[in-house]
Amino acid sequence: MLFVIGTTHHRAPLEVREKLSLTAEGAVALRAELATLPGLREFAMLSTCNRIEFYGVAADPGVVSHVEGAFCSRQSFDPDAFRQIRLDLQGPETIRHLIEVAAGLDSQMLGETEIFGQVKDAYAEAQSRGSTGPVLNRVFQKAFQAAKHVRSHSAITEGQVSVANVAVELAQSIFGGLGDARILLLGAGEIGEKTAKAFQSRGATALTVASRRLERAMELATSLGASALPFEQREPRLADFDIVVCATAAPDPVVSLSAARAAMQRRPARPLLFIDQALPRDVDPGVAGLENVFLYNLDDLARIAEENRAAREAEVARCRTMAGERAETLWRQVADQVASAPGKASDSGVNRTGDTVAAGESS
Amino acid sequence: MLTALTDRNWLWVAAGFYLAGFLQGTVSLVRQGKPSGGATYLLILLGYAAQLAGLSLRGRAVGGCPLGNPLEIYQFTAWSAVTLYLVVGATFRLSLLGYFSACLAATLTVVSLSVPGWDSVQRIRIFGHNPWIEFHAALAVFSYGVFALLALTSVMYLLRNHSLRSKRLGGWFSFLPSIRDLDQIGLRLLGAGTVILAIALAVGSVHWLRLPGFALNAKILVTCAVWSAAATAFTLRLRGALLAQRFAWTCLGLFVAAMLSLLAVESSRPPAPAPSVHHGGGSQR
Repeated sequence: MLFVIGTTHHRAPLEVREKLSLTAEGAVALRAELATLPGLREFAMLSTCNRIEFYGVAADPGVVSHVEGAFCSRQSFDPDAFRQIRLDLQGPETIRHLIEVAAGLDSQMLGETEIFGQVKDAYAEAQSRGSTGPVLNRVFQKAFQAAKHVRSHSAITEGQVSVANVAVELAQSIFGGLGDARILLLGAGEIGEKTAKAFQSRGATALTVASRRLERAMELATSLGASALPFEQREPRLADFDIVVCATAAPDPVVSLSAARAAMQRRPARPLLFIDQALPRDVDPGVAGLENVFLYNLDDLARIAEENRAAREAEVARCRTMAGERAETLWRQVADQVASAPGKASDSGVNRTGDTVAAGESS
Repeated sequence: MLTALTDRNWLWVAAGFYLAGFLQGTVSLVRQGKPSGGATYLLILLGYAAQLAGLSLRGRAVGGCPLGNPLEIYQFTAWSAVTLYLVVGATFRLSLLGYFSACLAATLTVVSLSVPGWDSVQRIRIFGHNPWIEFHAALAVFSYGVFALLALTSVMYLLRNHSLRSKRLGGWFSFLPSIRDLDQIGLRLLGAGTVILAIALAVGSVHWLRLPGFALNAKILVTCAVWSAAATAFTLRLRGALLAQRFAWTCLGLFVAAMLSLLAVESSRPPAPAPSVHHGGGSQR
C-alpha cells in the first residue's frame, strides 16, 4: 500500500509542531530506524516548519502503525495525542496530497513556491540514501511535473501576499527590473529593513539608508551593504532616488509636497515611487497628485496583499481538480506496482543490508 | 488548393488568424488568468504570412506597392505594425503587446475588408514607373504602422498608469509591462516613426519639386501636418515638457489623426483613370 502519515499546520498548532520538529540528528536516526522496519518497502520523509510527513510503500497497514510508533517514540510524543492531529492518507489520495503540497496548495502562505524546493530536497535525500524504489521514484517525479503544471496553468502563484513583497512588486510594475533603481530607505527600523531586504532579493543594489540617528543608519547600511545619508539631506537629495521607502516613527511628515515637487522638476521624465509604511504617515498625501509620482501607504499595501491572497484562494478549487486528475492518472500507472510490491510484514526493511543508511549515519 | 486563393481570400485568412490570436489571448486571460504569449505569437505569425501573400498577389495585380485604395492602405498599415511587433515583441518581450497587436491588426483588416466601397476600385500603376514615388508612399504608410504600434503601447501605458493610480494591480493589469518600459518604447517608436516619415517626405519632395506646375495638395499638406505633430511631440518629450499620461494621449491622438488623414487623402484623389480594375470579389489578373 502507498501511504502518507504525519501532521501539518492545518491540524497541529505551533506549540505541538515544535514538539514534533525533528533535529538534524534526530532525522538521521529516525531514517536509520525506518530503514530497518520490516515490511516498509520504500519511504521518504518531508520535514519543514509547517509539516512532518512520511511517504511510503508498505506491505500492510500494520507497517504504517510501526512508522507512526517509531516517530512518536523518538519525539517522546503520546501516540494517542498524535492520532488526534494525524494526517493519514492512502492510495491515490497520497499522490493527490503530494501534488497539492508541492504546488503550494497546502501551504500556510497559499501558493508559495519555497515548498516545491523543500519537497525536491526531501526526495533527493531519500533517493541518495536508497530508501526510495520504483513506486516512490515514479510518484515523486510525476508529482513534481504535476505541481509545475498546476502552477503554470493557474494563477495560484500570482500576486504577492506579504506587505514587503507587494512593495517590491509595485516597484517592478513601475521600473521593471530593479537593478538600476536607486532606493532611499528613510528610517532604520525593522519594517524598513525587511522591505529593503525584499528589494535586494529581487536584484536592487543601489540602496541608501537615512535615519535621525546617523550611527543607526550607518549600522544598518553596513549590514545591508548599502550607503548612509544624513537625515537632513533627505529632501535636497530626493531627486537622486527612484524609490523612497519611508518607515520612520516621526510624528509629522518627513517628505513635504514642496520637496517632492522640486525633485520632480529636476527629473520630470523619471517616475518616483513613495512607499510609506509609517504610522503616522511620513509623506505628505498631496504628493500623490504630482505627475509621474506614485504614493502608496500602509493601508494600500495591506489591501493589495489581501486582494492577492483572495485571488489565490479563488484558484484553489480549480487547482485541486487539476491535482486530482493528475493523481488519478498516476495512481492507475503505479497501482499494480504497489499491489505487486514484494514483501510481507515479516520481510526486512528498505535497506536489508543497511549499507546506504549506515554510510549516511557514519558520515 | 492554396494557389486558387485570391488576394482577398488571403487577406481574409490573415484577418481570421489575427482575430483568432485576439480571441485566444482573451480566453487565456479569462480562463487561465494569464496571457499565452507563445500561442498568440504563432497566430499572429500565421496571419502575417497570409497577409503578405495577399498583399503580394495584389501588388502583382496592380503592378506596384498596393496603396491605391483605402483597403490596401489600411492592410499595408496593419502589416507594417505587425512587422514591427514581430521585431519589437521578440526584442523587448513586452507582455501583452502581442494580444493588443492581434486586436489592432484584426480590427484594421476586418474593417478594411468589410467596408464595401473601400476596395471597389483598384488603381493600376499609380506610381507610374517612378520607383522613388513608390518608395515614398510605402515608407510613409510604413511610418503609420509605427504610429499604430505606438498607439498600442500608449494604450498599455494608460492602462498601467490607471491601475497604479487606482491602486488595482491584480487581474489583467498585473501582466502589463512596467511604466518605464512602456514610456521608453513609446519614445523610441515615436522617434522612429518621425524619422521614417521625414525620409518619406524628403524622397517625395525630390520628385514633387521637379514636377512642372507643382502645387501643394491635400495629400502633401495632411502628411506634412502629421509629421509636424509627431516631430513636435517628440521634441517636447525630449525636453521634458510632454510626459507620462499627456505623452501617451498625444501619441494615441497622433495615430487616430494619421488614420483619419488617410481617408482625407483618399477622398481628395482624382477619379481612377483607365485602365482601373473595378473590383467585385477578388483581383482580376
